[in-house]
Amino acid sequence: MKFRTLMLGAAASFAMAPMAMAERGADGNVNIIYWQAPSTLNPYLSSGTKDIEAASLVIEPLGRYDQNGALVPYLASEIPTVENGGVAADLKSITWKLKSGLLWSDGSPVTSADLKFTADYCMHPEGGCAQLAKFEGVEGVEVVDDLTVTVTFSEPKPNPYGPFMGGQSPILQAAQFAECLGARAPECTEANFGPIGTGPFTVTDFRPNDVIQMEANQNFRDASKPAFATLTFKGGGDAVGAGRAVLETGEFDYAWNLQLAPDVIAKMAEGGKGKTIAAFGSLVERLEMNMTNPSPDLPEGERSTAKHPHPFMTDLAVRKALSMAIDRDLLVEVGYGQAGRPTCNLVPAPALYASDNTDCLTQDIAGANAMLDDAGWVDSDGDGVREKDGIKLSILFQTSTNAVRQDFQALIKDSWAQIGVETELRNIDGSVYFGGDPGSPDTFQKFYADVEMYANNFDGTDPESYLAQRTCDKHPGPDTQWQGENINRFCDPAYDALVAELGKTGELEKRGEIAKKLNDMLTKESYSILPLVDRGRVSAHANSLGGVVLNTWDSELWNVADWYRIK
Amino acid sequence: MTDTLQIDPIEALKDKEPSKPPRSQWRDVWDQFRKHKGALFGGGFLLFITLFVIIGPYIWTLDAQKLDIRNKDMRPIYTWLWDGSAKIAWNRPLGTDNLGRDMLANMIKGGRTSLAVGWAAMVLALFLGTLIGVLSGYFKRLDGILMRFTDLVLSLPLLPLLLVAVTLFRQPLRAAFGPEEGMFILIVGVIGITSWMQTARIVRGEVLALKEREFILAARSIGTTPGKIITRHLLPNIMSPIMVSATLGLATAIITESALSFLGVGFPSDFPTWGKMLADSVPRMTEYPERVLLPGIAISLTVLSVNYLGDGLRDALDPRVRGR
Repeated sequence: MKFRTLMLGAAASFAMAPMAMAERGADGNVNIIYWQAPSTLNPYLSSGTKDIEAASLVIEPLGRYDQNGALVPYLASEIPTVENGGVAADLKSITWKLKSGLLWSDGSPVTSADLKFTADYCMHPEGGCAQLAKFEGVEGVEVVDDLTVTVTFSEPKPNPYGPFMGGQSPILQAAQFAECLGARAPECTEANFGPIGTGPFTVTDFRPNDVIQMEANQNFRDASKPAFATLTFKGGGDAVGAGRAVLETGEFDYAWNLQLAPDVIAKMAEGGKGKTIAAFGSLVERLEMNMTNPSPDLPEGERSTAKHPHPFMTDLAVRKALSMAIDRDLLVEVGYGQAGRPTCNLVPAPALYASDNTDCLTQDIAGANAMLDDAGWVDSDGDGVREKDGIKLSILFQTSTNAVRQDFQALIKDSWAQIGVETELRNIDGSVYFGGDPGSPDTFQKFYADVEMYANNFDGTDPESYLAQRTCDKHPGPDTQWQGENINRFCDPAYDALVAELGKTGELEKRGEIAKKLNDMLTKESYSILPLVDRGRVSAHANSLGGVVLNTWDSELWNVADWYRIK
Repeated sequence: MTDTLQIDPIEALKDKEPSKPPRSQWRDVWDQFRKHKGALFGGGFLLFITLFVIIGPYIWTLDAQKLDIRNKDMRPIYTWLWDGSAKIAWNRPLGTDNLGRDMLANMIKGGRTSLAVGWAAMVLALFLGTLIGVLSGYFKRLDGILMRFTDLVLSLPLLPLLLVAVTLFRQPLRAAFGPEEGMFILIVGVIGITSWMQTARIVRGEVLALKEREFILAARSIGTTPGKIITRHLLPNIMSPIMVSATLGLATAIITESALSFLGVGFPSDFPTWGKMLADSVPRMTEYPERVLLPGIAISLTVLSVNYLGDGLRDALDPRVRGR
């Protein structure tokens, strides 16, 4: 027994040896480039991926998803499950326990009050929380003791890992944000630009839409991490510049989301300074069909709200014809190559939840034309554009500025021209488009266009909160500072009912069935969302940067504490 | 006989017959202009490029926006000289882009927009600049206000202003004139409104100096109205500085439009302009250099030729320089 303990100790010290040698801040500076610049570090005020991922360096959730979609405890001592008693048997509550001894970067202890505050912050009735879907069905958050909270749900919640789980729902410090509740949330500039967190880094300088300087958090829970003393997070520019900076010139160590044509990436990789990494997740490039009228003739505050239905997008035949006219194989070939596959599903993975819906994969121009003819949309004045009752099928199609997206726009416009639909293209700088600024008319939430294109995914392996984004009450609008995830203003009571049912169903098989049905309701039954490409995430890191694990289920920077310099 | 030195008094009073026909002013201008080789070349090239974009579409009838994905990434035919295996075709003399759009047709269509923006913005800036310059130079009471206003506008940075203007006015103009025309009006308007100041200052200076000269005094003393003085006496005399700022303005406008397109805030993404073609080709610059070079060279040469033309015109139009 003694001998065995000794051996174990020896083995442990061997295993620990490289860790002990690693020292916080030993590897100097690391440069990260995101070609969309973060405009805030508060993920509850922006649904932009760039903001959420930049914030993930500073503030952390209780648990994250790893590269396989499995749950890993971060601030929590363990992931609560039914087996370990953390999740109640009736699935109506979950009890989280914080690790003991956790400190905020300002030295004060992390307590359960911070957890409760975070939930109150997002669920505040006057505030427009960008991540409200994560708190779907939450009845209350009770503080049990200093380190324990219990989240109770109004209905049995088979997937209770919504609140406090994943990069979209990190913990805010109650002391810092106490004055920032509700409608005052966007006014707390200092807190939103420099949240106090538990993550491996703290903000020293934040310039919105430009660059963030960070340094290692001296109170980080693992004394040997992070290996880097400082971190520079550069935002802005374009994907080409970011790719070149890592792969060709070596100025930066990590470049996020190289959404570039396959031939361009291959050419850059010949530079030899870095390598590309790719992984498939749930990221789907899609077209959203605006169900509400974005006409500039309507008064501000009523444009693109449920008050005014769209003049022609509300016609199923139009939406279906638009989908049929698109050649998805061609789009993949032009834009993504190996890093994409054509899809008709909003939820392309994991297999349990992915519908077998493939009816959109073959382009059918003749069929689309026939469908529009039958629906009464005909070109009566001979200008090449179909009309009905004086309404022309003329579409304003917007997306962010990106070479691949502009190629897609051109190709889709060409396809739609063949079925007598006129398209006007518009592209908006990504930092503005995804910025979530309620004052800008160009955000994707405001959706002042008929069709828009972007990509989104869900974190974790369960699409429940992702699908719950499409319920009627989540329309972005002036009353919620234009936050809200139901981007295309889809509204179907049957869908809402099914989402509620999904929330009550515990059996995995059954959940899969419901999720597939929900996916089909959004895609092949209503054509309110036209999925185009299931996108692999391609990022790049310098050859000298070690420890990078590309994660498509959570923030890409999820394990930044483990990154180190290869010497 | 003392009258051997007799001069016929009538002879002295007789008019001399002109030995050659009289030269018109414009002939002198042309003779002077011809001496400036750069200006001659510049004028010739500008004429060529203008004809190229105006007549071009009738000769080369391919639609610039037509996608032809099977024939994408073609090289210009001259590539064949050093690379026999390059993908070329005689019906695509300058190759195609990554979606199979014909480069030649794009050059023509893009040049149309770029030149139209350049000319229109230049004319607008010239009109505003001359008007404000003359008014403030001639009427002392307006001078203070107008020149302070000029200083104010001069201190505005152009590109950020353009970005704000695009955000604010795109919607109403789009609704009124359609996406492309609306954007055209917006860009021309904003460039014109923000680039008249140099002209105004130069014109004001010239007017201030001229209006103290005797011929203006003479004109005023016989009761000529200020309007007539300006149009008959002042404007013809300040023609040469106006011409020079016009050419410079044209060049600036083309470059500003290219910069805007390059930043992606100008025309819709499928509407070609030289600046946009340049911006779109940057990612594949190393493989297909011609896609950057062709529009880039077109912009540079146009701007250069306009500058030379302006230089030559100034020399030719100024009677004090002429003949030297």
